[in-house]
Amino acid sequence: MIEISKIIAAIFILLGAFLSMVTAFGLIRLPDIYTRNHAASKSATLGIMSILLGTFIYFYGAHGHFNSRVLLGIFFIFFTAPVSGHLISRAAYNTGVKVCGQTCRDDLKTARERAAKKARD
Amino acid sequence: MAFQILLNVFLAFIWMFLSTSSQPSSFVAGYLLGLLILYSFRRFFRSSFYLIRVVAVIKLIFTFFKALILSNIAVLKVILKPKLDIQPGIFALETELKTDWEITLLSNLITLTPGTLVIEVSEDNSTLYIHAMHLEDMKAEVAGIKNTLEKAIMEVSR
Repeated sequence: MIEISKIIAAIFILLGAFLSMVTAFGLIRLPDIYTRNHAASKSATLGIMSILLGTFIYFYGAHGHFNSRVLLGIFFIFFTAPVSGHLISRAAYNTGVKVCGQTCRDDLKTARERAAKKARD
Repeated sequence: MAFQILLNVFLAFIWMFLSTSSQPSSFVAGYLLGLLILYSFRRFFRSSFYLIRVVAVIKLIFTFFKALILSNIAVLKVILKPKLDIQPGIFALETELKTDWEITLLSNLITLTPGTLVIEVSEDNSTLYIHAMHLEDMKAEVAGIKNTLEKAIMEVSR
């Protein structure tokens, strides 16, 4: 039982480390802030969550210690990461950071222009 | 819904007093009996039987986790592909949800959905502006968001 829980914890922690590494790759490779935000707000969330879950399983299985703080940490990260991703990209858009060259469509820009035109009239 | 849960807890306490035991097991027994009573008297409440909404909330949590795992696989595929041939874009999504917490939940869910990220919610709460990693299958994506996530949230808040 202890060995099985150790193996499961190891799988979770390695998976989390792999996802965090992929996040770092994405931050280097992707062209603009919005696509980078995709990588940062998704892979990092699941990566940290699975590292914490692996830690929890290890301490519960191998030492019989139920650490509820780790579970609360998973819960908090799960709810705050998408909000922070949204706020960063919103702040970037409102301060005029350009979208990258491949971008084919921008509904928000047209909506903003329409609103500005209406305000002028 | 909150009133029905409170009533159920109250009924469980009455059951504990009737059986003069303060064990947790008798609280559970009283709670189950109270659930039965609430179910048989459900037509006197203005809202529907609360267990239906509890099931809807659990379903929504599962949708959350499924979306998170699928979106990670999608992002993984894009990042680890040798050639970067993405076509990002921002599109508008009309939403039928009204209250603030429903829209917050929907935008959180969309942010965790494969390849989409909410940038802006319009002033009148009617439109979400979403940045998509790959816009080619945008129409299908909009239909998918509408059908699964919005419906699941509506089921909870109805």
